[in-house]
Amino acid sequence: MPARIPRVPVREQDPKVRARNFDEVCYGYNVEEARTEASRCLGCRNPRCVAACPVGISIPEFIAQVNSGDFRAAARVIARDSSLPAVCGRVCPQETQCEGSCILGVKSEPVAIGKLERFVADWNRENPEPAPADSGATPGVAPGGPALGAPAPAESATPDSASHATKVAVVGSGPAGLACASDLARLGYDVTIFEALHKAGGVLEYGIPEFRLPKDTVLKAEIDEVRALGVKIETDVIIGRTITVDQLFDEEGFSAVFIGTGAGLPKFMGIPGENLNGVFSANEFLTRNNLMKAFREDYLTPIHAGKKCCVVGGGNVAMDAARTALRLGAETTIVYRRTEKELPARVEEVHHARQEGVEFAMLTNPVEILSDDKGWVRALRCVRMELGEADESGRRSPVPIEGSEFEIPTEVVIMALGTSPNPLISTTTPGLQTTRRGCLVASDDGATTRPGVFAGGDAVTGAATVILAMGAGRKAAAAIDAYLKAL
Amino acid sequence: MHNKKFEILSKEMLTAATCRMKISAPRIASAAQPGQFLIVRADEKGERIPLTISDYNSDEGTVTIVTQSIGVSSGHINSFSEGECFADVVGPLGLPSEFIEYSPERLRSESYVFIAGGLGTAPVYPQVRWLKEHGASVDVIIGARSKDLLIYTEEMASVCDNLYLCTDDGSCGFHGVGTAQLEALVAQGKNYTRCVAIGPMIMMKFSTLTCKKLGIPITVSLNTLMVDGTGMCGACRVSVAGKMRFACVEGPEFDGFEVDFDEAMRRQGQYRLEEKEASAMEEHKCKIGRG
Repeated sequence: MPARIPRVPVREQDPKVRARNFDEVCYGYNVEEARTEASRCLGCRNPRCVAACPVGISIPEFIAQVNSGDFRAAARVIARDSSLPAVCGRVCPQETQCEGSCILGVKSEPVAIGKLERFVADWNRENPEPAPADSGATPGVAPGGPALGAPAPAESATPDSASHATKVAVVGSGPAGLACASDLARLGYDVTIFEALHKAGGVLEYGIPEFRLPKDTVLKAEIDEVRALGVKIETDVIIGRTITVDQLFDEEGFSAVFIGTGAGLPKFMGIPGENLNGVFSANEFLTRNNLMKAFREDYLTPIHAGKKCCVVGGGNVAMDAARTALRLGAETTIVYRRTEKELPARVEEVHHARQEGVEFAMLTNPVEILSDDKGWVRALRCVRMELGEADESGRRSPVPIEGSEFEIPTEVVIMALGTSPNPLISTTTPGLQTTRRGCLVASDDGATTRPGVFAGGDAVTGAATVILAMGAGRKAAAAIDAYLKAL
Repeated sequence: MHNKKFEILSKEMLTAATCRMKISAPRIASAAQPGQFLIVRADEKGERIPLTISDYNSDEGTVTIVTQSIGVSSGHINSFSEGECFADVVGPLGLPSEFIEYSPERLRSESYVFIAGGLGTAPVYPQVRWLKEHGASVDVIIGARSKDLLIYTEEMASVCDNLYLCTDDGSCGFHGVGTAQLEALVAQGKNYTRCVAIGPMIMMKFSTLTCKKLGIPITVSLNTLMVDGTGMCGACRVSVAGKMRFACVEGPEFDGFEVDFDEAMRRQGQYRLEEKEASAMEEHKCKIGRG
């Protein structure tokens, strides 16, 4: 019985060492480990893992190829459904998706699907296919070959033929935009991604730290794969400011637009002291460190982590900010108003943070940020909480314990409380409706209230995950294709 | 003519430390409006620096910036020469000045006075030009520490009704600060319907205090810290009428009476220590020579 083999543990950098560097925490499986782990998969006939994957990767099929040692074939299976496997293998919340539904998990531990996906993607990148003698085909460019019954990628990838193709604009080069653009390019469309920042990748570039997702080796390579499909990426263009959605249609000849602009403006708590010096949004802190490379001596970007740092929030962004502050030399505490059980972050991130020495103050809620005589943060005043009745989300809502207020001395406070939608596009695009909260209104397949404009990812749902954004991008690509064919 | 992306087409020194550069950026040039700004990243390792737009020309496809070497990053921008390219220029950012929405009748009935301080003189120019083109009457007060630090005097004179120069040391024009000049003008019987002050935060604070005393509504343009400039980082947050506002997407222009200037000035200095270290490091590198 394959299930008797225990889940193969993955090798990681020593917590004490990695708490002082920005190198990747997890080393990933080697060939032997991957094949052993792959052998645990039962190859279910009705695989629950596939249903639980937002982009529907044929998981048992790729794992069977890993088991047989044909890693290239495994990569092709994944590429049919995902253009960012090395990213997803690293950042997906597998425990609530594919691995969370793995049948092996009922009695023992689920197959390490995420680690296997990562292995396949890394192997495929590090072992590029040798260029074939006749250049008719384009292997190595699109390992998945023609996906979704699309024309051969070789045709759509050349700029010449693309110039006759229907033009589609994608706004934002994060997970939603990259997934949407990849599918559209494979379908033969002439796709241009517009990115507001100076580097492509969206949250993968500015939000997720180097130690979870190496930028130059892993992320850049996957974005290059998207470019190799024929997708053009224009950075430094802010849709809604540099040009509007209307201009994309009227002046630049685009027939459809996908909006994948991500989460938006950072939220604050509305407590006294939030504008003190030393209070930062997690977005600012992480952008300075990740996109602007403040952790590297040779970059000019300043960053301020202090000697002591409190991070407020319990999601992946809070863990990323805390572990970054720790690496920059701060004693770091996560302040969260519920208990560890309710932490929305990936289990692995919480585990890693704790191993590295991040402190956790659970059932604790800030009520005020206190100042020194120069307007800098001196302490975080908090109240202890207890869990009360379950709210509409089913989670027990925390209520303050009267008279329990206390101070945590700190120099820096980082707010990781999520974001609210960016108004740049919704306020400059006639016909686009937003919800009460400011998110774009879109149907399940991404169609907005304006014909020809589609949307997906955090811009529609509010802050969620990389893989859900990718799923939304793919659905929208199919809907855009159907829309354009019906014109 | 085919310019490279973000190529510096011309560069001239306006003072010993201030330079004006015209940059090829056709998309920004077509979209820019008075009151907006842009972000420049000089090269791969540079910061993203928010800068006001001091001119734009959609026919040429150019935007003009004026920068002053005060720290490592601004010095870095100023070290670029004609023919070189910046890594990134992005914009236009922020909301345009409120007056571009005014009706022609309203514009003709307005009598503006601008107080321009130091580097803030450059972005005043396109606002004044626009207002004059649309029939408003516009006076401009330009202030600087001394004569050799005054900029844009000829350009401004060509587009405004009356230009008043003032210097702290009396080396040119009115001996004193811009707010004192404004008080003098009002005492002489000038009637202004609105003041716009652009310059150092401290100067905008005192302009606001003066305008409050004189009963003139005032608009200020806040040059806060920023990273992305599109609303994502929140570094630019300011208290306006007691509410948290993001200068990059809700500003940069606000009603001066509502701005908490003391907080804004304190927040501006948030990375001063890090900047000092960077300057010291740079100086050290210069002394030991770069291998």
